[in-house]
Amino acid sequence: MFALADYLVHVEGEVLPRDLDAQALSAALAAGVACWAPVTGAVYGTLLNDRAALAALGEAVHAAPYKAPPKAPVLYLKPRNTLAGHRARVVVPDDSVGVEVGASIGIVIGRTATRVSAERALDFVAGYTIVADLSVPHTVVYRPSVRFRARDGFCVIGPAVAARRHVANPDNLALEVRIAGKPAFLASTDSCVRNAARLIADVTEFMTLSAGDVLTLGVPHGSPVAHVGDEAVISVDGWAPLHISFAGAAEQKGERS
Amino acid sequence: MMRARVAYAGAIHEAYPEGDFVRLADGRVRQHGEVVWLAPIEVGTIFALGLNYAEHAKELQFSKQEEPLVFLKGPGTVIGHRGVTRRPADVTFMHYECELAVVIGRTANNVPRAAAMNYVAGYMIANDYAIRDYLENYYRPNLRVKNRDGGTVLGPWFVDAADIRDVTSLELRTYVNGTLQQRGNTRDLVTDIPALIEYLSSFMTLAPGDVILTGTPEGIVNVNAGDEVVCEIDGLGRLHNTIASDADFGLTAHTESTGECNAN
Repeated sequence: MFALADYLVHVEGEVLPRDLDAQALSAALAAGVACWAPVTGAVYGTLLNDRAALAALGEAVHAAPYKAPPKAPVLYLKPRNTLAGHRARVVVPDDSVGVEVGASIGIVIGRTATRVSAERALDFVAGYTIVADLSVPHTVVYRPSVRFRARDGFCVIGPAVAARRHVANPDNLALEVRIAGKPAFLASTDSCVRNAARLIADVTEFMTLSAGDVLTLGVPHGSPVAHVGDEAVISVDGWAPLHISFAGAAEQKGERS
Repeated sequence: MMRARVAYAGAIHEAYPEGDFVRLADGRVRQHGEVVWLAPIEVGTIFALGLNYAEHAKELQFSKQEEPLVFLKGPGTVIGHRGVTRRPADVTFMHYECELAVVIGRTANNVPRAAAMNYVAGYMIANDYAIRDYLENYYRPNLRVKNRDGGTVLGPWFVDAADIRDVTSLELRTYVNGTLQQRGNTRDLVTDIPALIEYLSSFMTLAPGDVILTGTPEGIVNVNAGDEVVCEIDGLGRLHNTIASDADFGLTAHTESTGECNAN
């Protein structure tokens, strides 16, 4: 079971997550505290669920290696080592290419969803959160190496899960990414190929989503890239924004030792 | 030591082989058919290898690889020994894949090849089904092919690494309705176990309970509803699974997805 009344946040160092109202959440985050990911289930990323991303591939979808446009949702797993929370410090493996900051809405599942119809799909949703789906930049999505997306800390979630009742329409949310204080990316979930309900229906046709699992609505086309020393801030409408800082490999090791 | 996880009389038990029977941790001895076999461990991250046996890669017409072809699987795909896997009515080619499953026992970060086997807790048999009809060329092998509910059968036992004398020469065999269809040996792995641990731990942290499905040898054939598929690996036991039609599985109507756009 995964249930919440308002905003679920797991402040770093605390034993359990807390379910807070909007005011208490901003108070809890005001001190600049770091958080853990507010979820612990499986996280499934969705790719090419954006009309602009498909348009950018253009005629390439008909050529090798793709040979046809995608039919089923294009999905991948973000394994447990990638999960991190608000104010995470993420290691940039190679600063000459940086890390792509893919901003997405995460649909947090509230109860077991198997073969649910689009009409009923949102009944299975506990809430929504911000997911920073990080990756080493790569262009070919035929058979990408897991080392691009499965690195430690490459799935930053939070700061909180907002209960479904606080989100009137998941298909019309504005996403903004700022890097090093400057506006770097603006998008809306209204550009999705499959909206939240349709995506849940098409995914659960062949695989069950369990309580606490997260399914991303997908990263819109044209994600910005961050480098060592940058801070990325992802905001969605009036939600508490998600902060991530990027560090070099040596720097991070030094801190831990 | 060989361990199973079974459901019996309202609880989940650790269990051990006892001749032709199974002994629960509390001492009760039962027939194999009296208990429900779960996956032997609660799995963490599941890694799977594509084309990791030379002959199988040739069978699927793949050329040399630059790095191991690793993909990830979710926990919802896992079922245990003597389970049932659904074959949707509309498919023409569904096949088993008998694989050696390696279970990680210690947190692993930047582990060199020479030390890698110290991070292995033990082994299981895996039968990792694929439905080729659903193959698409985005993030291959796409989840609709390889991440279906009940598509990854694990068990019957988790076997401690110390009990396997030489993991580099284990024979794998798959029988469909009693006929031997697939046969291979772990000596033919393209990327072997220590190299896989070295590779994965070079860019991500592995944790106890993570499982690496090391790939399948040549000899895959289509399976049909009602088929009994048995995967066998030297020293690890025999893993049974039955293929079910939609009707056997209890599905009356099959909802087709339309992929429609949203209204905005």
